[in-house]
Amino acid sequence: MSQRKDLIIIGNGMVGHHFADSFRQSDAADQWHIQIVGEERLSAYDRVHLSDYFQGSDHSALALGTPQSYRAAGISAHLGTRVERIDRASKTLVLNDGEELSYDKLVLATGSYPFVPPIPGHDAERCFVYRTLDDLDAIRSAATNRQTGDNVGVVIGGGLLGLEAANALRSLGLATHVIEFAPRLMPVQLDDAAGSVLKHKIEALGVQVHTDTATDSIETLADGRLRLHFASGDNLDTDVLVFSAGIRPRDELARQCGLDVGERGGVRINNHAQTSDPDIYAIGEVALWDNRIFGLVAPGYRMAEAAVAHLGGGDSPFLGADMSTKLKLLGVDVGSIGDAHGNSAGAISFRYHNEAKGQYKKIVTSADGKHLLGAILVGDNSAYDSLLQYYLNDIALPAEPDSLILPNSTGAPALGVDALPDSATICSCMNVTKGAIVSAIDGGCCSVGDVKAETRANSSCGGCAAMLKNIVDATLEARGVEVDHSLCEHFAHTRQALYHLVQVEGIKTFDDLIAKHGRGHGCDICKPTVASILASHWNEGVHEAPHVKLQDTNDTFLANMQKDGTYSIVPRIAGGEITPDKLLVIGQVAKDYRLYTKITGGQRIDLFGAQLHQLPEIWQRLIDAGFETGHAYGKALRTVKSCVGSTWCRYGQQDSVGMAILLENRYKGLRAPHKIKFAVSGCTRECAEAQSKDIGVIATENGWNLYVCGNGGMKPRHADLFATDLDDVTLIRTVDRLLMFYVRTADRLQRTARWLESLDGGLDYLSDVILNDSLGLGAELDTQMARVVDTYQCEWKATLEDEQKLKRFRTFVNSPESDDNVVFVEERDQIRPATADEKQHIIASA
Amino acid sequence: MTAHAQHLHWVQLCQRDDLVAESGVAARVGQQQIALFYLPDDNAVFALDNHDPFSAANVLARGIIGDLQGHWVVAAPIYKQHFRLDNGQCLEDASVCVATWPARLNGDAVEVALPIALPI
Repeated sequence: MSQRKDLIIIGNGMVGHHFADSFRQSDAADQWHIQIVGEERLSAYDRVHLSDYFQGSDHSALALGTPQSYRAAGISAHLGTRVERIDRASKTLVLNDGEELSYDKLVLATGSYPFVPPIPGHDAERCFVYRTLDDLDAIRSAATNRQTGDNVGVVIGGGLLGLEAANALRSLGLATHVIEFAPRLMPVQLDDAAGSVLKHKIEALGVQVHTDTATDSIETLADGRLRLHFASGDNLDTDVLVFSAGIRPRDELARQCGLDVGERGGVRINNHAQTSDPDIYAIGEVALWDNRIFGLVAPGYRMAEAAVAHLGGGDSPFLGADMSTKLKLLGVDVGSIGDAHGNSAGAISFRYHNEAKGQYKKIVTSADGKHLLGAILVGDNSAYDSLLQYYLNDIALPAEPDSLILPNSTGAPALGVDALPDSATICSCMNVTKGAIVSAIDGGCCSVGDVKAETRANSSCGGCAAMLKNIVDATLEARGVEVDHSLCEHFAHTRQALYHLVQVEGIKTFDDLIAKHGRGHGCDICKPTVASILASHWNEGVHEAPHVKLQDTNDTFLANMQKDGTYSIVPRIAGGEITPDKLLVIGQVAKDYRLYTKITGGQRIDLFGAQLHQLPEIWQRLIDAGFETGHAYGKALRTVKSCVGSTWCRYGQQDSVGMAILLENRYKGLRAPHKIKFAVSGCTRECAEAQSKDIGVIATENGWNLYVCGNGGMKPRHADLFATDLDDVTLIRTVDRLLMFYVRTADRLQRTARWLESLDGGLDYLSDVILNDSLGLGAELDTQMARVVDTYQCEWKATLEDEQKLKRFRTFVNSPESDDNVVFVEERDQIRPATADEKQHIIASA
Repeated sequence: MTAHAQHLHWVQLCQRDDLVAESGVAARVGQQQIALFYLPDDNAVFALDNHDPFSAANVLARGIIGDLQGHWVVAAPIYKQHFRLDNGQCLEDASVCVATWPARLNGDAVEVALPIALPI
């Protein structure tokens, strides 16, 4: 052990950390004692996500290494410490606390510093740079210690980092300006049109952009604020000024010890990241390779890996790096790939520019249109991942390359996961290929998290998250592995598992369930799901105190919210049978409240356009006339459609209307994973279209044929014949069991059709469970359904009887007025919601 | 700049009884509609613009509330985007943010601080 050689890394930024981490994992590691000298008081952190710091992250959330993790890895870290000088002859260096360290090999990872243009006044107290967590703390304290409420922040520099800094100022509540010397934003990555689209988008967010603007001087005013004087003669007063005008390599140590540096700075390195002294390496933003400084983290990581390999006697040269970037700047998508400006000889470009949507897309291809050389995207990055793969892997472009950026282009080939070669780089920060991801999965990784931990893909900038997930999901699926089915971030369970927990532990409230089996407070995914489980198990009213907060707006207000925030009302019309008197009541109510009326696809009448406070009055009249709620709002039984049946029809073989009414009244109010529809036809002519329903019943000479798990949803499915010639009692017992088994075992929002498809063993298994009672569940399913049937109450009736519940039905708690944003116009003699244009017109002429 | 020096002006909108635990109600001040959300465990009230920018309907008060990524949010009831209760930021679209106002319980009175410029 005492024979170990000394390796010292100067700099504990992202690249220095990555070097240490990679080196520690290399075969050579145990022959070396590693030391890190870092100038910042904090250990390495993720500078790419610096802005998250203003959104509430702290250092620990951004930290890459910690003093503890370094210690555990056998690395000595000197943090808050500077190297004063390097003596190459004696191979020693001196720290600012006087300590002397000797090295066998040295790595310079000193990074860069922000360039502050020498504008007179640039060193005023409220001038900052945007580089370290300490810088951010200083900016925050300067931005928030004034009380006037109209504080201004200015960023000089409209490049990528400048816009990041502008976002940070904006999130601190400052009225933010960006000053850019060039005629457009992000001049390196974007062209004029893209820069102008980005400028418009950013200005729409309230950030003022001043391009083509040179700052002559910065004056400190009497109250400490700053006044910027521009070359144009204009000025701008600000509370905080942040410089983000580019970076300069921190090569002073290299100069001090006589290493070769470039004319404009940067320590010259070869393909192994070696400097002019073979015992000293330089990596990251301090390094100059082929006369270029790379101001991104990924090339720095590549250099680190090249140096690690070389130190271990291997060879993995650094040969330049892809500078493509995908960002969300102030919420605006920006992407730039390869030769974005089309400088390559013979390059041709294709542009799509949509001013209305603020989208700009450009691709640059080779003269023959076969290969992608570069691209620019603003306002919509959806094509970025595909374009980058075309670019990096030199995949042949489709015959019409513009199909890749045109909207709704049917010719746009989806560059699926399968189209990518194993060598395709998925994560360019960590240099992880598709092949590496697939082999990680073959090695036992079962989730994105596992793959991330194993390959380190997606652990830096996060840009490849979507692509990584696609590859992981597709690969797992191809290997027949089930993908994570956690309901949401609050429950790591499926709906079915939650159902079982509720059932077995007798849990009656959401609060109990989340306390015992979940975390946090819940969300709009798990709350309604649990509400549905509790309702189908215990059938307590959805408006009972513990359940109120769980309901979607439709369940809360027992009506269907429509696009303008008004509601529609559907009274139950079981089997579609209704008396003239009831028809008159519906007509009169619709007339009195000026509601739009429509016969629905399920033989009911829908009344549209009611405001919240009108719902109880309307329902009072409907209940008085003998109506019940139709549950059109719930994940519940909606309707049982019927034909005329043997009562009137000359072909009818059974009383389909009577059976439809019986079924609808039996299952009304049953809460399920999805809405359920039935139909009953009186003969095989199938006028009720029963074979497209969850439960379809068709009369035969001898009784009823039962069809199950059909639907007319997004992916229509014909129902399967489940049992034939059933008598009434057997039909109902079979439907009871099948429905209850579905309610218990289906996933959230899973229709019966998808549920049957997902059952192992399919229809045969389902028949076995329901018809042959192979699991011995029959009696229990019967009991459960009987409880739901016996405890039915009309939710509207119960609501109208309870003053406390009715309080909720007020458009405003402090005013009897209506929502004046609800505006109707007439069409075909009835009302409909006004369009945005019509509204403007109506309000203007009022 | 458009922002003026503003003084907070506390306006009483309703009583604690009018609120719904871990859910929302709407109130109005002049033409402004305000969605009020109540967290009884924290004794906290949040006030957001009731206008949902995605549907252009006044419905945020009628969304489900919950916590996502460590923040209390309301899910817009029409197209289901999430807005943070503390600052109105939309989680799905960083460029969208709805207005918020300071809100508090003063005894049983529910109060919201409005800029004095707003017509009452």
